[in-house]
Amino acid sequence: MTRLIPVRETILAGAILVLLLLISSRFAGFVAPSNLANVFNDTAPLIILALGQMVVILTRCIDLSVAANLALTGMAVAMINVAMPGLPIPVIIAIAIFLGAIMGAINGVLVWKLAIPPIVVTLGTMTIFRGIIFLISDGKWVNSHEMSPAFTGFPRMELLGLPVLSWAAIITIIIFGIMMARAPFGRSIFAVGGNPHAAVYTGIDVGKTQFWAFVVSGALAGLTGYLWVSRFAVAYVDIAGGFELEVVAACVIGGISIAGGVGSVGGAVLGAIFLGVVKNALPVVNISPFWQLAISGSAILIAVAFNARSGRNKGRIILKSAEATQ
Amino acid sequence: MTDATQTRHVPDHLNSRATRIFKSWEALLLAVAIAIFVINSFASPYFLSAWNLSDATFNFTEKAMIAFAMALLIISGEIDLSVASIIALSSTAMGLALQYGAGTPELVMIGLTVGLLCGAFNGFFVTVLGLPSIVVTIGTMSLFRGISYIILGDDAFRGYPASFSWFGQGYIYWVFTVEMLLFVIIAIIYGVLLHKTNFGRAVYAIGNNPTGALFSGIRVARVKFILFLLTGLMSGIAAVCLTSRLGSTRPSIATGMELEVVTMVVLGGVNILGGSGTIPGVVIAAFVMGLVTFGLGLLNVPGIVMSIFIGLLLIGVIALPRLWAMAAAGRKA
Repeated sequence: MTRLIPVRETILAGAILVLLLLISSRFAGFVAPSNLANVFNDTAPLIILALGQMVVILTRCIDLSVAANLALTGMAVAMINVAMPGLPIPVIIAIAIFLGAIMGAINGVLVWKLAIPPIVVTLGTMTIFRGIIFLISDGKWVNSHEMSPAFTGFPRMELLGLPVLSWAAIITIIIFGIMMARAPFGRSIFAVGGNPHAAVYTGIDVGKTQFWAFVVSGALAGLTGYLWVSRFAVAYVDIAGGFELEVVAACVIGGISIAGGVGSVGGAVLGAIFLGVVKNALPVVNISPFWQLAISGSAILIAVAFNARSGRNKGRIILKSAEATQ
Repeated sequence: MTDATQTRHVPDHLNSRATRIFKSWEALLLAVAIAIFVINSFASPYFLSAWNLSDATFNFTEKAMIAFAMALLIISGEIDLSVASIIALSSTAMGLALQYGAGTPELVMIGLTVGLLCGAFNGFFVTVLGLPSIVVTIGTMSLFRGISYIILGDDAFRGYPASFSWFGQGYIYWVFTVEMLLFVIIAIIYGVLLHKTNFGRAVYAIGNNPTGALFSGIRVARVKFILFLLTGLMSGIAAVCLTSRLGSTRPSIATGMELEVVTMVVLGGVNILGGSGTIPGVVIAAFVMGLVTFGLGLLNVPGIVMSIFIGLLLIGVIALPRLWAMAAAGRKA
């Protein structure tokens, strides 16, 4: 029974529904389909980054450099666009993903080859990437009038009633859904996080898998970098400052265990949507947006405490129940 | 990385005390500090001046106060990423008290108490609920600073009393600041606590083997809780100094300072995985970081570029010895 209905995701989905009901009881307009589509579109970058972060956390690592990676890639593609306005958007996107993946690979190599704790590596690269933005941009902003219309128009372009930004999130969700459930890479990520020693004996290279997890997270941060800069039509040193905490929050709220090996695509997506709904509801219910930071902090603490409780009940009785059935 | 079948290297003789000291991380660090000092005095004519050097100490004294407590916490195998946010909340609380007419003694009491309470909050989640300190303190990092934002928004508290400015701007004698005195006192206290007391031995024991420590009668949870309390208290003291020095409180105060504190601790030779490290190492690391940032500042390098150096320093300090060891192993094989 519990297998058919994942408990954690159901509770989280229920919490989001209750939240929506509470808001709609005072402001019916909030749950109008067009507004919900807006909320989803607004949450799309968080969803994409949360999926990348999920892969990293599943392998017992953490990537605190995603927001800095996003900002650096965003600045780089914005400057490329200013220098070469004729460059087609698919090339820009490819460059963004490539740059992001390179930065992820730097994190990955340091974790894989030098066995430096991921939190130290990504705390370090976080500030290094931010510093590099200042170096390449000289602290200046790239504003909307300098970017080409195609560059800023792409994420807004509507396909089947939804903007491209939303589609990017939906496609990422589908790819990750298939990858984590069906592809060898997805399964090895769970194996590495669940039991690294056993993973080694099944022929999985733990360090290498962690390396690729960082590359995936970096590539998605790069993609989001382009989407972010083109959507807000501005690039400067501090864009998405502190966003890495929101990304980790989305994962923790979504039930992805920081100890690795436990989590799901659905959880990460719901965690991101939960934060997205809260963020968009605050101005509607007339609460200052300054509450956002404290709310996501409390949500992390509540979620991690709650997940630890529900995880503990299960314990490690798998073997005993197997013995009992024999 | 760690091979279980690898035999442990047993030395056939122990190095003499002099060789050990000479070859230690602290000695290397001291050499680096002296080198930076010499390079700086050649690079800028303004470096070798008693008043400038005195100003330079502000770059690290507040961070170092937290770094001592953080060193103990990291040695015990935990970490606190919320220290900068504790400063923000503690400073905001002092600003709020100021609006209700609190005097300097009350302000200091409130600053320290809020620090302690934040430390207790972290400690509760980690030791009582048994949650990983990285996630808990990432959460409280948002929560504590978030509360500051709720109270202040984009506003600021100003108008601290003149007597309050003594902590961050006062001088004891000639160029020696109040913060320097605090730094020295706190360094001595932590040095004694870690290296000369049972509590210090317990911290090492927990970091090396928490289960073993528990079975040998150490109250692991209690020791860890005290360490979180101490880190909170030190953040409170740093908040008093920083607020007093800046003379105002904004919710963005001390943003990113947790990184510099952790860098200082790791640079000081504390193993990020716990179990080893010394207070003298952290003291020298504080000087190294202070000298680097001050020297770069004299050369007109902007703050954000300095942060690249800090980031590189953090990774380099851990990476280089490992690269060195790998190269040495490669040569033998």
